[in-house]
Amino acid sequence: MHNKLSPFLKGVLVVGFLFLYIPIVSLIVYSFNESKLVTVWGGFSTKWYASLFNNEQIMSAVKLSIEIALASALAAVALGTIAGFVLARFKRFPGSTLFAGMMTAPMVMPEVITGLSMLLLFISMQQLVGVPTERGFFTIWVGHTTLCMAYVAVVVRSRLLEIDQSLEDAAMDLGARPLKIFFVITLPLVSQAIASGFLLSMTLSLDDLVTTAFLSGPGSTTLPQVIFSKVRLGLNPEINALASITVLVVGVVVLLANYLMLNAQRNRDKAIAAAMRESGAHS
Amino acid sequence: MVETVKQAAASAQGAPYLRIANVVKKFGDTTAVDGVDLDIRKNEIFALLGSSGCGKSTLLRMLAGMERPTSGKIILDGEDITALAPYDRPINMMFQSYALFPHMSVADNIAFGLKQDKMPKGEIDARVAEMLDLVQMRKYANRKPYQLSGGQQQRVALARSLAKRPKLLLLDEPLGALDKKLRQQTQLELVNTLEQVGVTCIMVTHDQEEAMTMATRIGIMSEGQLLQIGSPAEIYDYPNCRFTAEFIGDTNMFAGPVVVDEPDSVEIDSPELGSRIHIDHGITGPKGMQVWASIRPEDVHLDVVPQPAGPNVARGEVHDIAYLGSFSVYHVKLASGKVVKSMVAANHWHENSITPPTWGDTVYVSWRPDMPVVLTR
Repeated sequence: MHNKLSPFLKGVLVVGFLFLYIPIVSLIVYSFNESKLVTVWGGFSTKWYASLFNNEQIMSAVKLSIEIALASALAAVALGTIAGFVLARFKRFPGSTLFAGMMTAPMVMPEVITGLSMLLLFISMQQLVGVPTERGFFTIWVGHTTLCMAYVAVVVRSRLLEIDQSLEDAAMDLGARPLKIFFVITLPLVSQAIASGFLLSMTLSLDDLVTTAFLSGPGSTTLPQVIFSKVRLGLNPEINALASITVLVVGVVVLLANYLMLNAQRNRDKAIAAAMRESGAHS
Repeated sequence: MVETVKQAAASAQGAPYLRIANVVKKFGDTTAVDGVDLDIRKNEIFALLGSSGCGKSTLLRMLAGMERPTSGKIILDGEDITALAPYDRPINMMFQSYALFPHMSVADNIAFGLKQDKMPKGEIDARVAEMLDLVQMRKYANRKPYQLSGGQQQRVALARSLAKRPKLLLLDEPLGALDKKLRQQTQLELVNTLEQVGVTCIMVTHDQEEAMTMATRIGIMSEGQLLQIGSPAEIYDYPNCRFTAEFIGDTNMFAGPVVVDEPDSVEIDSPELGSRIHIDHGITGPKGMQVWASIRPEDVHLDVVPQPAGPNVARGEVHDIAYLGSFSVYHVKLASGKVVKSMVAANHWHENSITPPTWGDTVYVSWRPDMPVVLTR
């Protein structure tokens, strides 16, 4: 084992990290800038945070984005879990290959295409059946769900393939019917995959700009859209403050999740070791 | 041969509890189970023994209801269960991986099947406690499966599969997941528990020692067919085909035509042996028929002094010696290149004041005329 890094490798590592994190650090630093000019330091101030929270346009965009993210993640988890289950457990049925391909298509399809085709669909639907009456929350929600459920399906499917299928066989052998097995055995076993699918969906939805641009209407502007349009008009310290808050929230969530996972793993390892010791002592 | 059939008939007395009638299972073009007929008596421990891919697991899954037979019938206690769904069958299975539900405690695992039957809570608790006592796991009731060792998991899996008092218990490689030392100890423990409960049991295994130790009767399976059914002793002493003879235990096999066919004796010409094999009982079959003679290594005598030439004797040299503690297996290479195995007790040489032969020594192998078993297929 070579644990020591050569000075060259260390240097490369440091440069790499600097390249990644200097922009973020400078963004956070300049969010506390007194000056209105983003590139000139004019002293410490938190006024941009205050003005951020008083900016109704941004605040309503944050609210809308979070609402859409939650709704899309819920729908994506429900549909994606079922799709993942079908992909993993129903081995052969007519059109199964087509189904698998169509499920994953939204992940590889350029978002411009997905967004445009959905826009065209909604317009012709409006002309034919009168729904949806306008573009807004509903259309964005449908678009995001389509995109996110592909990811959920993939995550749930790969977790299901890992699980020993004899667990489901055993439940059936002990008298449980298929629907009950799904809820009592399968779902609890894939709950972690579903949770990560939910978080992934929320992230994708909060982040999405392209599909949203096609599907949003007047009065339904999401946070990425607001940021994008504001930045186009020139850099604004308020956006720096918003970005800093985002970095803080994400950082805390990631650290917390890591800590919880590490803790669970440690407890599990401890329990296994204890069981091994005990059985060794008994036999 | 006649004797074998008689013994099999005698041991099959009593009405069958489970009848597997001409069951066939095809997966596309391949036939996994090819016309199996099998009768199982009540409270019997029956082992299906065969190498992997012989169809034994498919047969077990058909009994459990996980697979539907292509044709044939399965009748349990007078009821045709061929088309019954797994959750409606009075049959429970212990899986090879144990398949304990990782998100449930030991007690909840055992109670799972009872809850599906909508049993009152008080009765469930009583039954779970009874099962925990049966497998001596009471103090582990609240543990999760990952907090148990392999042997403990096996006991919980057994308790769970017995909790519903099934008419038939299926064991899929019951001890396959345990290491060798623990396995031997657990074999007898498992048999004791099964006998204590008094359950009819079919186990599937590829481990002949496990089958011989645990089962009252064994069925040898190969390529989807049941080749022979009998008690462990019957199968070992009277194999009915080359596959069984070579699969169960170790044997020396000689092929050749019948050259002398008397009512009370036959002789087989064996080019590999370099002489004839004389057998002191008649066989059914014409002269000139190609047969095989199987002689167990423990029936082959090894001598260092020259033996008179004749049937059932051959000269060779010691090619290899496997020292196994209480006995050794000598591999003797004959002039034809054929290696004959002879099992010699460790104290044999000492008791007869003979210097044990070593590598390259000339030795003589021989056997009594009642030892070879003649096989026709």
